[in-house]
Amino acid sequence: MLKTATGKRPWTFYVLAAFFVLFVLFLYGPMSVIYILSFQGPEGGLTFPMNGVSTQWFHELVENGRSGDIAGSFQRSILLAAVASVLTVVICVAAGLGFRRRFPGAGIVFYLVIASLVMPGIFVGLGISLGFQLLGLETDWRISGLGAQLTWTLPFGLLVMFAVIGRFNRSFEEAARDLGATAWQRTREVTLPILLPGIIGVALFGFTLSYDEFARTVLTAGSENTLPLEIWAMTTNVTSPALFAVGTVTTIISFVVIGVSLGSIALIQRRRGRGAGTH
Amino acid sequence: MKLSPALASWLQVGPLALILIVFFGLPMLVVVAASFFDFDHMAIVPAFILDNYQDIFTDEVTLSLYLSSIKFAVIVWAITLLIGFTVAYFLVFHVQSLLIKIGLFLLCSVPFWTSNIIRMISWIPFLGRNGIFNQVLVGAHIVPHPLEFLLFSDFAVVVAYVHLFTLFMVVPIFNSMARIDTRLIEAAKDAGASRYAILREIVLPLSKSGIALGSIFVVTQVMGDFFVVKVMSGGQSASVVSALSNEIQQLEYPPAAASAVILVIVVVLMVAGILRVVDVRKELAS
Repeated sequence: MLKTATGKRPWTFYVLAAFFVLFVLFLYGPMSVIYILSFQGPEGGLTFPMNGVSTQWFHELVENGRSGDIAGSFQRSILLAAVASVLTVVICVAAGLGFRRRFPGAGIVFYLVIASLVMPGIFVGLGISLGFQLLGLETDWRISGLGAQLTWTLPFGLLVMFAVIGRFNRSFEEAARDLGATAWQRTREVTLPILLPGIIGVALFGFTLSYDEFARTVLTAGSENTLPLEIWAMTTNVTSPALFAVGTVTTIISFVVIGVSLGSIALIQRRRGRGAGTH
Repeated sequence: MKLSPALASWLQVGPLALILIVFFGLPMLVVVAASFFDFDHMAIVPAFILDNYQDIFTDEVTLSLYLSSIKFAVIVWAITLLIGFTVAYFLVFHVQSLLIKIGLFLLCSVPFWTSNIIRMISWIPFLGRNGIFNQVLVGAHIVPHPLEFLLFSDFAVVVAYVHLFTLFMVVPIFNSMARIDTRLIEAAKDAGASRYAILREIVLPLSKSGIALGSIFVVTQVMGDFFVVKVMSGGQSASVVSALSNEIQQLEYPPAAASAVILVIVVVLMVAGILRVVDVRKELAS
C-alpha cells in the first residue's frame, strides 16, 4: 500500500523489517536459550558453556526429590486449566450472545468485566482469601483457586467473543428463522457452528491463561501448589538447570495446546473454503 | 414459551455476572472493609480504625515505593509504545499478503500464551555476569570486563517488563491501524503528503484509541506487578505490590488491604488520566 509508483518498496520498509526481525529475536532469543540449557550435562551450570548433553535435569523433576512436587503440581495445573477452559467457553459464549441485545444492567456488567481485567491480580487473591477466612473456609485450588482464575479468563474470553461476534453476519440467523427454525435450533445449528473457530480461540485463552496464572492463584491455591507457584518457589531455592528443564516442559505443553487450537481453526476455515467452492 | 428479550439476555449473561460478583466484586468489598480492621498476632479483628491508612501516609517508604513503581511504569510505557507502534505499523502498512500478515502477527502473539515466569527467568542466563551477552561483549573486545549492571538491576527489571508486556501494545494498536480506510492514505498521497505527514496527520490520530488501550494494559500490569521486580532486581528494588506481599506473608492483612486500596485509587487515577486524553469507549463498543 505504501509502495511507490514504480512498485519498488520504500527504504523505510527495510528499516522496519529489520526492526521487526530484532523484535522477534528479542521475543524468542532468551526463551530458546533456556531450552538449550535445560539439556546441560550433569556437571553443567546455569549458563553457557554446555558441559556435555544430558536429560538428567528432566529426570530430577520426575524423581520428586530436591525440586519439590513438580509432578503433582503439573497434574493439578492441567486439570485446573481444562476446567477453567470449559467454563470460560460456556460462560463467555452465552454472555457474548446475550450482549448482542441491549438489556438493563448491561453497562454495569461490562464495567465489572473491565475492572476485573485491569485489577492487579494479587488484590483479587487477597480479597478472596480474606473472604474465605471471614467465612471460616479453607482456600483450595479447586474452589478459591478456580474462582480467582475465572476473574482473569472470563474477561479475556468475553473480549474475544465480542471480536468474533462483531464479524458475525446476523442474516444467517434471520434466514433460519424464516425457514421456521426455533431459537434453540438457530443457536445450535447456525450460530454456534459459524462461531466455532472463535470459540476455539476462547478455549485457548481460557486454558493458557489459567495454566500460567500466578498473581491471582498465589493466595488462593491453599496448601497444594499449582505449577506456576511451584516454579516460583524454584526460582528462589533451585540454582540448577532443573529450573530450565521445567521451563522447557511447560512451554512444550503450551505449544501443543496452541498448535492444536490454531491447527483446528485453520482446518475448519479450509473446509469452509472448499465447501463454498462446491456449492 | 416466549422469553422477553431482556430476560433472555440476563439468563445468558447471568453466570458471568454471578461469578464476577462472587469472586471479584465481593472480595474487593472485603478488601475495603478489611483496610479499616484492627489486627494482632493471631487474627484480624473487625473494627473501624484509620490507623492502617495513617501508617501508610506517615511512612516515608510509601512515597519512594510509589515513585519507584511509577518510574518503572513510565519507562516501560514509553519503550513498549515505541516498539508496539513500530511493529504494528510495519505489519499493517508494509506487509501486503494477508496470510503473511496473520502469520507474523501470530509469531508475535505465541509467547503471550506461554508462562510469564519462564519468560522472565529466561533472561537470567542471558544477562548474568557470565551470561551470553557479557561473553559476546568481552569476546568481541567491546568491554574489558563483564558488565555487572545487566542482571539483578533496574535495567533487568525494565528488560523483563518490556519483554512481557509489549504484546499488550502491539495488539490494540494493530487493531485500530487495521481499521484505517486505505483510501484516506491514497488521497493524502495524491494530495502530495509525505510519508511522515501521513504518519503524523492520519495514522497517529486514528490509532489513538489503540494506543490508549495498550497504555492502560501496560500501566496497570506494571503497577500491579511484584514478581518481576522481586526476581529481576535481585531484591534491590521494591514495588508497591512487593512491599504489600511482604505484609501478607507476615499475615498483616489489614495494612496490606489499606495499601491495596490506596494503590487501586492511584491506578484508577492513572487510567482516568489516559481516558481523559483519549476516549476509548468507541473502540470497545465497535
